[in-house]
Amino acid sequence: MTTTNQAQQLIQIQQFQFAAVELNLFLDTHPNDQQVLALYNQVHQELLNCVRIYEQSFGPLLNYGYSPAPRNYWAWAETPWPWELKY
Amino acid sequence: MWIYEKKLEIPVRVSAPNPRLAKYVITQYGGPEGELSAALRYLNMRYSMPTNRAKGVLTDIGTEEMAHMEIVATLVYKLVEGASLEAIKAADLGAHYADHDRSLYWVNAAGVPWVAAYVSATGDPIADMHENLAAEQKARAVYENLLCLSDDPLVNDTLRWLREREVVHFQRFGETLMHLQEYMNSKQVF
Repeated sequence: MTTTNQAQQLIQIQQFQFAAVELNLFLDTHPNDQQVLALYNQVHQELLNCVRIYEQSFGPLLNYGYSPAPRNYWAWAETPWPWELKY
Repeated sequence: MWIYEKKLEIPVRVSAPNPRLAKYVITQYGGPEGELSAALRYLNMRYSMPTNRAKGVLTDIGTEEMAHMEIVATLVYKLVEGASLEAIKAADLGAHYADHDRSLYWVNAAGVPWVAAYVSATGDPIADMHENLAAEQKARAVYENLLCLSDDPLVNDTLRWLREREVVHFQRFGETLMHLQEYMNSKQVF
């Protein structure tokens, strides 16, 4: 498990999430745009898939019940913190 | 309720320790047009907004501003991490070091601590939405000032991205202002 590999997978999540943030803000002021709604749902699925794959290798991405804890110890605090990760 | 995601909104890189640049960039952490001011301004303003759409825009942009605060914090952290005490003193960060060592603190570029007076809330939806439009333009201008001061191309990548977010938020707030004006004009009872 190298930090570089982790950073690469994170960048993919960051790309999908940035698309989701942009579409979300656009839909806030254009709630009936069917094309953007469809794109948002597509990005939502891609983002969830990437997060699931990432968490299998690198541990939980979210706290408070939104990520599973499949190992026999609590990994949440042990993985690199965002400001410490080397890209 | 907020959930923490253990990642930044975008990757943040710096070329080398640079305490001089950290001293400038920290103003977008704790200065008047900084990301703390932005997040608190928008999230606080939700409670006096008359429409669900305005509450939604303020919630989502306010939340993104918290992510931007973490991006600026990471920039400052990485620019100061590994800098020698001599370099910190030479960069005029000695006064910050005296009170805070290398820790982050909400100050502007001149070291003045953050105050709630940076944030306005009149309770008038039209006045408050104009406040947000002005705030986004002022933040854009500060990022452009920082780009003029910065000598690190990797830091510039992040500053340019943050600047562009101000432009998008300005656009969304402008649309929200028009929506609020339509709502206020259509109200039958005042």
